[in-house]
Amino acid sequence: MTLGLINANPVVHAKKERVARTEDLHGDDAVDPLEIYDILFLLHPEHPYSLEQLSVLSEESITVDEKLGRILITFTPTIQHCSMATVIGLCLRVKLKHYFPPHFKVDIKVSPGSHANEESVNKQLNDKERVAAALENPNLRQLVDECLYSNEL
Amino acid sequence: MDFSEEGLELKEIQRLEGHNDKVWSLAWNPTSTLLASCSGDKTVRIWQRSPSTSSWHCKAVLEETHTRTVRSCAWSPSGKLLATASFDATTAIWELIGDDFECVSTLEGHENEVKSVSWNASGSLLATCSRDKSVWIWEVQPGNEFECVSVLQGHTQDVKMVQWHPIMDVLFSCSYDNTVKIWAEDGDSDDWHCVQTLGESNNGHTSTVWALSFNPEGDKMVTCSDDLTVKIWDTDSITMQAGEGYAPWKHLCTLSGYHDRTIFSAHWSREGIIATGAADDAIRFFVESKDGLVDGPLYKLMLKKEQAHDMDINSVQWSSGENRLLASASDDGTIKIWELASIT
Repeated sequence: MTLGLINANPVVHAKKERVARTEDLHGDDAVDPLEIYDILFLLHPEHPYSLEQLSVLSEESITVDEKLGRILITFTPTIQHCSMATVIGLCLRVKLKHYFPPHFKVDIKVSPGSHANEESVNKQLNDKERVAAALENPNLRQLVDECLYSNEL
Repeated sequence: MDFSEEGLELKEIQRLEGHNDKVWSLAWNPTSTLLASCSGDKTVRIWQRSPSTSSWHCKAVLEETHTRTVRSCAWSPSGKLLATASFDATTAIWELIGDDFECVSTLEGHENEVKSVSWNASGSLLATCSRDKSVWIWEVQPGNEFECVSVLQGHTQDVKMVQWHPIMDVLFSCSYDNTVKIWAEDGDSDDWHCVQTLGESNNGHTSTVWALSFNPEGDKMVTCSDDLTVKIWDTDSITMQAGEGYAPWKHLCTLSGYHDRTIFSAHWSREGIIATGAADDAIRFFVESKDGLVDGPLYKLMLKKEQAHDMDINSVQWSSGENRLLASASDDGTIKIWELASIT
């Protein structure tokens, strides 16, 4: 898998001022999209900026149906052919894994029209068997872990 | 059998805990009351019911063999061997020797995760399938030796499950490529090849097909999919019973509107009840409709058990011994034993 920078000059947006919120989403607390968004300050695998700054993710891209226990997250890869779209999706899954009550169902998709292989990326990201196998692959797992934890150093 | 007259409910008999990760698959031993389960925790557990207390306990944990998720398990028809398929790209064969299960053989060859394993009716052949898009057929030889006799290419994506026909040596596979493929041997040449593909143009599924199961007579098949439908297929039973070679399968009906999340498992019972397990944590039961209406549905929903588990259900399997006993396996790490019983 090549890790060379494909998008060397991304458009970077100013980071919005954010009020600190607790990260506790467990139990009886209502699931607030804004809280989910706070959690998702991930490092884009190829850039030292957060996903928000690269406009990959914004608050509007998270919808929660609390009654049914369903969450839909849509993200926008920085360029149409972003080869890291599936890795970003995996990072999102791992990051969110323990933040919801176990019965919540999380679907992750690229926002419509934002990726050349939209259907193919969405299908992989929502095939839990494929996701589980990918996360058992040491190389992929390491990449995901680096993306998730390097900005916490 | 007409189920519409009976008031039935699904009673939870016991909840089996022990696995530390998703339980992906279950298999009932055909000759004894053993239940095998396999998991993301890389182990296989063997559960047994105690004759004195009638409660289930874990008899054995098969560990330190597979190095990744164990995705599927299947007992040989004699009940003596257990095959386990793993994301570590191998298939292990286990034998009960004395009081322990020992790994007596390891089948290698697939390029990546093995998703499913199935024995034919006589136990002479084994089939495996993988994300490498291929289906392998292995011949069982004396001394627990397994020889690969065919590598079947044809699917264009990850193959999710393989299942032998209950009577004939015809192999069925279903895939992430949205199709079901049927493989049979050429009369003379011992060459296996694809004899039919059930795809969108045959009223087939429009997304990943996760599982398939046959009715006891072997003339009907149920498939379930990520497209939120369950489909019933049938074949010409006269041709099949006469042993006149392979008869094509055709779509009989589609059950849609009953599931709103992926259906991972479907299993047809000896009495003709189809059980499904889905990503909405529910178990559903479908039976043939006896309404007799001209354009009426052929199959109807008999019962739905919501919140059967706390998370996705990956497998539902009717017991091979008792008619109304069912086991289910879930992402929540547990297995549940159920009885479909009359409402008292």
